[in-house]
Amino acid sequence: MRDLRSAGGTGFGGAASFARMSRHSPNGADSPKRALRIACGQGFWGDRLDAPVEQVRRGPIDVLMLDYLAEVTMSILQKQKARDPAQGYARDFVPLLEEIFPDIVEKGIRVISNAGGVNIAGCRDGLVEAARAAGVAGRARIGTVTGDDILERLPDLIAAGHELANMDDGRPLSEVLDLVESANAYIGARPIVEALARGADVIVTGRSTDTALTYAPMIHAFGWSWDDWDRIAHGIVAGHINECGAQASGGNCMIDWETIPDLADVGYPIIEATPEGPFVLTKHDGTGGRITPAIVKEQILYEMSDPKAYITPDGVADFTTIRLEADGPDRVRVHGVKGSPRTDRLKVSISHRAGFKAVGTLVYAWPYAVAKAQKADAVLRERLDRLGLVFDEVRTEYVGWNATHGPLAGPPPEDLAEVELRVAVKSEDKAPVERFTREIAPLILSGPPGVTGFAGGRPRVQDIVAYWPALIDRSAIEPGIEVEVVEV
Amino acid sequence: MAARVQLRHLAHARSGDKGDTANVGVIARSAEAYAFLKRELTAGRVAEHFAGMIDGPVERYELDNLQALNFLLHGALGGGGTVSLMTDAQGKVYSTALLRAELEVPDDVLASLAAGRGER
Repeated sequence: MRDLRSAGGTGFGGAASFARMSRHSPNGADSPKRALRIACGQGFWGDRLDAPVEQVRRGPIDVLMLDYLAEVTMSILQKQKARDPAQGYARDFVPLLEEIFPDIVEKGIRVISNAGGVNIAGCRDGLVEAARAAGVAGRARIGTVTGDDILERLPDLIAAGHELANMDDGRPLSEVLDLVESANAYIGARPIVEALARGADVIVTGRSTDTALTYAPMIHAFGWSWDDWDRIAHGIVAGHINECGAQASGGNCMIDWETIPDLADVGYPIIEATPEGPFVLTKHDGTGGRITPAIVKEQILYEMSDPKAYITPDGVADFTTIRLEADGPDRVRVHGVKGSPRTDRLKVSISHRAGFKAVGTLVYAWPYAVAKAQKADAVLRERLDRLGLVFDEVRTEYVGWNATHGPLAGPPPEDLAEVELRVAVKSEDKAPVERFTREIAPLILSGPPGVTGFAGGRPRVQDIVAYWPALIDRSAIEPGIEVEVVEV
Repeated sequence: MAARVQLRHLAHARSGDKGDTANVGVIARSAEAYAFLKRELTAGRVAEHFAGMIDGPVERYELDNLQALNFLLHGALGGGGTVSLMTDAQGKVYSTALLRAELEVPDDVLASLAAGRGER
């Protein structure tokens, strides 16, 4: 059994053996003879269940990263923890690890994920059991990173002068403090690098900056210094490309979409990182999908604000300096990225209750499908008025005509076979939204004709969770970050 | 000479969200198309296209290195995330709405699209 945890050891295993890397000689003789392969196993919680398993088994990789935390996921996890203190992390991560623990131990693969949510210790406990169930007891280490969760600290932080003002409209957090459900700072790569250096095979964090899940192993393996802005910028670009699963390898891809092969077996992206910074984006041989410069550009532009200043806790990348070109079939090489120093604050992701909403739908069939749906909408709205129900917003869309393009769709096409009437409401109060949900079904018998599509039952009332982005001084967060590594 | 052509023939695109802002990345299908779009597909033109659909201003960023333009459409998502009542609350198909925009495109730009079909 290969031991990867000699004192100070930072080696990576892999299906092919290669030189151990020393973090103290980034460009020296210890550099790996081949690239470091960082595979994305998941772009979001709800992504293809078997993708991480495929990444581990379809070819050689060194690192598997999985992103579980969308913006409002933390509030869902906090609610789960409030109901059951043993919960609050991404439960799917544990059975996944039970499945792949033998593979990752045998092949020396490191797994890095933010599956810890708001109960990182609970996740770790689950992983310890999973490791034993998988038969790898005594042969693996689990690392945890805590310190991102500031929910309990909010009153003290505000009292100490941290306004946590909303980045979009400047309001102070104190305005909504009693509605807050989660508050987490985006912490960077340092604690992940430390966990890797201490030999953790599986690293679980809470809220980490998503790109760090990819570039932390690069910093660790190649010994980059924390002010090597250009190399770190390459890592940031690699992380941005790698973090959305198959969206970088032919999924959700507009260019030549109709010819992309075998999406049912799409290969998820793999970053082949090098000590100098430049990397190649590729995927396992024999998998479906496609990787070309045009496809990579679509992912680069995704969720992009100012491309000159893509900010992470560890540095800032200028995406207008990216050079990329094809490097063989389904391989794109990325280089030339310039970076600048990290900022002095960290981003904080806060969520708060913001009322209730519900969405009702009915399908109207030809002839005059749209006209009937519009009449049903008018009847429904008049019913809501007569009942004295007041909403913050009532929104009607016609799926099949204008739900995605609004006025740009022009007049409804003649002779549509069917159209879906979609009416959504929201209010700070639950009662009117609840009452609205009972006004959809009656339209079947009391509204215009040609109506169907109600097999789903009464719409459910949903909690609205608003997202509140803020900034905070590093000094308020970084001293509280802790890394623990335990033997299974 | 020129022809009235939808943007989708000159570029491909992908959109995403950040709060109540949708971003649409527009990637030109050829170098000539990029030069043309850099000149003609201004923030103002895009704002006109989306008039009545978005509540805030439009910003444009240029990525010459990728022959792409990035547009930020503020107030496009009805509050965004779970706050929004829109089908496309996260702006995933705002890209397709922009690709409907019609432009007067010179023949040499059109020829560049038919010929090399741009960078793959």
